[in-house]
Amino acid sequence: MSEQKKKSGTPLLDELEKGPWPSFVADLKKLAEKKPAVGQLLEQMEQSYETRVNYWTGTVLNLDGYGGGVIARYSDLGKKLPEVAQFHTIRVIEPSGWMYSTAALRELCDISEKHSSGILQLHGMTGDILMLGSDNKTTFEAGEALMQKGWDIGGSGGALRTLACCVGPAYCEMSCFDTLEVTKRLTDHFISYLHRPELPYKFKFKLSGCPNDCANSIQRSDMPIIGTWMDDIRIDKDEVAKFVAEHGEEYVVENVITRCPTKCIHLRKKEIVIENADCVRCMHCINVMHKALAPGKKRGVTILLGGKRTLKIGDTMGSVMVPFMPLETEEDMERLFDLVGRIWEFWGENGMEHERVGEFIERVGLATFLEGVGLEPDPRMVRHPRTNPYIKFEEYTGPQIAGEPKVAPPVLDKENEPRESI
Amino acid sequence: MAAIEQKKMAPRDQGAPNYKEYLHPLMVKNYGKWKYHEKVKPGVIKRVAEGGDVLWVVRAGSPRTLSVDKVRGICQIADKFCKGFLRFTSRANVEFFVDRLEDVEPLVREVRDKLGFPIGGTGNGVTNIVHTQGWMHCNLPGTDALGAVKALMDELYDEFTNERLPARVKISLSCCSINCGGQADIAVNLQHHHPPKINHNNMQICELPKVVAICPVAAIRPATVGSKNSLEVVEEKCMYCGACHGQCPSMEIRDPDTDTLSLWVGGKSANTRGGPSFMKLALWGLPNNPPRWPEVGAAVKTLLRAYKDSAKEYERMGEWIDRIGWKRFFDLTGFPFTKYHIDTYRFARTTFNTSTQVKP
Repeated sequence: MSEQKKKSGTPLLDELEKGPWPSFVADLKKLAEKKPAVGQLLEQMEQSYETRVNYWTGTVLNLDGYGGGVIARYSDLGKKLPEVAQFHTIRVIEPSGWMYSTAALRELCDISEKHSSGILQLHGMTGDILMLGSDNKTTFEAGEALMQKGWDIGGSGGALRTLACCVGPAYCEMSCFDTLEVTKRLTDHFISYLHRPELPYKFKFKLSGCPNDCANSIQRSDMPIIGTWMDDIRIDKDEVAKFVAEHGEEYVVENVITRCPTKCIHLRKKEIVIENADCVRCMHCINVMHKALAPGKKRGVTILLGGKRTLKIGDTMGSVMVPFMPLETEEDMERLFDLVGRIWEFWGENGMEHERVGEFIERVGLATFLEGVGLEPDPRMVRHPRTNPYIKFEEYTGPQIAGEPKVAPPVLDKENEPRESI
Repeated sequence: MAAIEQKKMAPRDQGAPNYKEYLHPLMVKNYGKWKYHEKVKPGVIKRVAEGGDVLWVVRAGSPRTLSVDKVRGICQIADKFCKGFLRFTSRANVEFFVDRLEDVEPLVREVRDKLGFPIGGTGNGVTNIVHTQGWMHCNLPGTDALGAVKALMDELYDEFTNERLPARVKISLSCCSINCGGQADIAVNLQHHHPPKINHNNMQICELPKVVAICPVAAIRPATVGSKNSLEVVEEKCMYCGACHGQCPSMEIRDPDTDTLSLWVGGKSANTRGGPSFMKLALWGLPNNPPRWPEVGAAVKTLLRAYKDSAKEYERMGEWIDRIGWKRFFDLTGFPFTKYHIDTYRFARTTFNTSTQVKP
């Protein structure tokens, strides 16, 4: 690295050093004192702030044997700012729940400082660790250094993305399954898909321990896996009495009873009564009275499919594929791996390029999709049955996937055959 | 490292780091055996295990983009007070774990004084903003998320360090219409105002059939321009989404002169009460005004004021609007309701009021 220490020359960015919220500009300016690339990064941003024009061109760079994990960027201002002419991001797989030891974080810092620009983002929108600022050569060095220390990279292009999950059983009493462990198991089992794009488009898992969905899985992942329970909400009567005494009956009615989406919770003689058959496990009463109420003991997950952001058919949420399954034993994990495998096979076979699984389901229809992946229709997969009568009975025409009719035995003659005259 | 060695590097498929090595000892001991939690004060939550162990979790807001020295500073504090363990949240907050009550205040002081990070982001307040890469590292942005978030959090600082709103408020910020920032109670997103401008001289870098295929409204078709293979956009059909721009840099959708920012409200992930919901357009046409985007800050504060004055406890932004209705929402915020608020895309009809249920 050369000694060319430049003056900041960033009057617009300097405005972002003001104010009480911690300033990335102040932090990066300090870093620029030992990392000239960071100074030039700020210069480029300053120019964007002046012109409202972006100066990064996206391209592809891969470590040998990998098809994902590096977001390559070339600066359009590379002649003027040679230190950021190549300024790539390495996507590093984060530990489940974004849990760290300081030793692990320091390891990342040392690698970033030695082989990259010394900028870390904790974390990317997908959940991964972002190491910004290596060039065509140092990206390989950083990748090698990361892997020697046991870290792994991946998750860009038509590949499985780094998984993300909530804090789960590590400190939360709401968690209905081991989000941290299942995240690790899924990552390791499907690691090849993280490294080598083999799918029609990106695929994201996010795991939340309970329906509060702290991992934002329904909105932000192709396959949300969310903890839930199927038996009764547990009630601690003493704690209920304490809560009612402390807050008053009116508060309980206003803030717990009337907020229940299925009106299945009641306050009778200062006691909580729940009609559990009507409960949709929304978590509200448990969240408010979390000492008095708790999820049941028969726990597992609801698995949805098809959540994504706007590009290109508009936002979609995940919808229910598996209303409930336990996720505790090795056999349960195998069932999950198998389900994912079937989904990827059917979608991989029939999906179009750049078609997320939710878009694919929309195109071919949920019923066809269920058949394709071997799931039985369940009323809990829909808000309600269809309201129109246009049923395409398959005795006549098989479902169409990607334009090719599936072979179905016709029970009706499609044309009148000429009759033999007697 | 020599170039030859690089070439030898083989994929190792090592998988995810072992989180078990990164758990605080009290988490290892009480894994899955937590009983309840209590709010101590904004940013500090007491976690109590079935066996009686107590873990205080102290949450601090970070700018997400961190120098290695800043991260080392975080580590120093975690070494001193947290046995060397910490975590990050999905919204770029740092969580410190303390097992002795008497360590909480000294930790809070060090986080504030040495890191400059505010304590808060819990419960019924504004937590840290999730955001995209912007002009720092994206190839598609029309604005800078990092700066806009910093400026907005300066404005909302006191809502981060307090819990004085009706319910939690999550904010996201996205630099293009792909909206990588995600659904949130409030989202600030860039809005394009016209169809892409095609650079016909640089179409050889794009796979034209893929660009045609990605258009959600089939507005792109092949065309010969001069003697070159290129594309054209049927402008009546185009809805300025920018999907083609992601596929092909020569389909420039951004425009520094006309791009604006919009405010979206009412997104929610949690399944609580009415379940997850999408956000809806509240205000469009805010200027894309670096370095501090003052109009965005002012609009968000107007929105939060109306919400704070009128929403009930536990009512998230979207649930509050559902109760009071959109007319009152626009009355209370003073935001104009315009023809552009009425959906024109494929599910538009499902958003019309098909009843006589109207409020005065």
